[in-house]
Amino acid sequence: MAKRVSASNVTAYYGGFKAIENINLTVEPKTVTALIGPSGCGKSTFLRSINRMHEVLPGARVEGSLTIDDQDIYDRDVDVTAVRRTIGMVFQRPNPFPTMSIFENVVAGLKLNGVRKKSILEDAAEKALRAANLWGEVKDRLGKPGAGLSGGQQQRLCIARTIAVEPQVVLMDEPCSALDPISTLAIEDLMFQLKDKFTIIIVTHNMQQAARVSDRTAFFSIEKTGDPGRLIEYDNTQKIFSNPSVKKTEDYITGRFG
Amino acid sequence: MGETPHRSADAGTGGTRVTQSHEWPAGASARVAEAPVSTRSPGGTGLGGGGALPRSRKFGAERAFRGLTLAAGTAVLVIIAAIAIFLVAKAVPALRANTENFWSYEGWSPNETEPKFGIGALAFGTVLSSALALLIAVPVALGIALYLSHYAPRRLGTALGFLVDLLAAVPSVVFGLWGRDVFSSPVRDFSVWLNQHFGWIPLFGGDGPFGASVMLGALVLAIMVLPIITSLSREVFLQTPTANEEAALALGATRWEMLRTAVLPYGRPGIIAAMMLGLGRALGETIALALTLGITFGISFNLIQNGGNTIAANIANAFGEANETGRGALIASGLVLFTITLIVNITARAIIYRRREFTESAA
Ligand SMILES: Nc1ncnc2c1ncn2[C@@H]1O[C@H](COP(=O)(O)OP(=O)(O)O)[C@@H](O)[C@H]1O
Ligand SMILES: [Mg+2]
Repeated sequence: MAKRVSASNVTAYYGGFKAIENINLTVEPKTVTALIGPSGCGKSTFLRSINRMHEVLPGARVEGSLTIDDQDIYDRDVDVTAVRRTIGMVFQRPNPFPTMSIFENVVAGLKLNGVRKKSILEDAAEKALRAANLWGEVKDRLGKPGAGLSGGQQQRLCIARTIAVEPQVVLMDEPCSALDPISTLAIEDLMFQLKDKFTIIIVTHNMQQAARVSDRTAFFSIEKTGDPGRLIEYDNTQKIFSNPSVKKTEDYITGRFG
Repeated sequence: MGETPHRSADAGTGGTRVTQSHEWPAGASARVAEAPVSTRSPGGTGLGGGGALPRSRKFGAERAFRGLTLAAGTAVLVIIAAIAIFLVAKAVPALRANTENFWSYEGWSPNETEPKFGIGALAFGTVLSSALALLIAVPVALGIALYLSHYAPRRLGTALGFLVDLLAAVPSVVFGLWGRDVFSSPVRDFSVWLNQHFGWIPLFGGDGPFGASVMLGALVLAIMVLPIITSLSREVFLQTPTANEEAALALGATRWEMLRTAVLPYGRPGIIAAMMLGLGRALGETIALALTLGITFGISFNLIQNGGNTIAANIANAFGEANETGRGALIASGLVLFTITLIVNITARAIIYRRREFTESAA
């Protein structure tokens, strides 16, 4: 249920603009990896190239190779929808489908996969909502609009929607940045539970959060505006936050730049 | 750290092609709810000057504006009421003079000494040709709108969208003349073919002549309402939040599945509104149908034989030689048309209202 993600020489462009260059890193199964770094250094771009969401923007493309358990996801023969089903994504701001109920939101991905049987959908919805620590709060109002929940609940709903299709890898792009501290804690707790089953990669601008939830941390940075983002240091989270080997990392985590 | 959420939001939002102003409605409303109560800017306290609070002004712009809007609103209501009273007053004597049943009589001779006229066939023809037109136009319009909003390259989409808008501005008499003089002959050929092969279906039965039929009228109507429905639906589809489109794609949806999961449901109220506008135009369309329909006064489901008539086309055709009673009868038919349009609108509103819980949080 969890797979290893490997990037080698990943370079991504927006039209003519090179946003990240030569990223090499390997994420082990059933771990949480945090991507940190100053704004605009390409964390989101890298994250979105892992599930091939980068290429939905006109003119955007990726070079290099990205594999999950040795399968190249950018291979010509690979079905991009299968890649995205295998590598789920949670976005920065909660984005439940506004026209759908809580239940419909959770099973939206399953329905896209052709699951129609009500009992299967109901079981899957309960399982995903329980896994997202949301079941207790919504079990009596599954038919109500998903957009009627609070921001934190909506984000957990989106997590439930993502894990309902049982992906191998879950990508999260600053999943807590639009949430209050209590909801943030709820989602951080959730990440601990989820890493039993999934490989998790999370972008965060909150360094305490990176230190709290992740096993490994990757620090990205740019030289100056207009330059492509690069991976500066990638190591155990503890090491990065206590004794980084690169001066730039130290400057960033101690707040001296960025 | 210096990374504001807004800054890094750029990468997340830059999705397929959607206006910036409508991104993330759900998240946005939730955020507003959870944001700490903002205090007013410190400069605001300066006005009070530490003394007593100023008294509210009795005659400010606020009051004047309120009075103006109230007057305008009242004037509109009064004018509408006056028109309604005038029309009813004209219609009632004609309806009294009618020697046949107004609802069921199939014919229109109100100018004779014993006036005979009935609305049934006309109302039927109106609804039939409009419904048929909508049935033809809506799938085509939605297809074009989806293509323009989500498949065509952005520049091409904008250019073609502009072209479609231009088409909406073509006067209906042009469509009518084109339908009568140009389009009728292929429709006649097609009708003959239908009659030969599918004549056993009552819709396509009969033994001619063909051409100036409900089919021709409905096709011309369909072409006329196509631009409105296309243009509005395209607008609505473009407003789908990028975040929702990306959510669907990230779940492994193909582009068509993404459209079905995120775009079409989001646009549903807009599509219904667009359809209703189209239907409104079709129901009230006068000259194009007066030119293309065969003008008969019978209730028939036959689509291809010469015939068909609508309330509005009948008004256009009969008004010229109508006497006092004739005009009253036509006004009465106009009131019936108005009622039909009203029912259509109320139904549409009811449909939109039923799902309000789901659409309001999206708006
Ligand atoms: N849709 C886009 N089009 C063009 N450039 C973009 C787009 N999204 C991001 N960028 C640029 O790519 C670089 C990396 O952005 P991003 O990956 O969002 O950084 P981060 O998530 O680390 O803040 C930035 O310079 C940003 O301006
Ligand atoms: Mg980002």
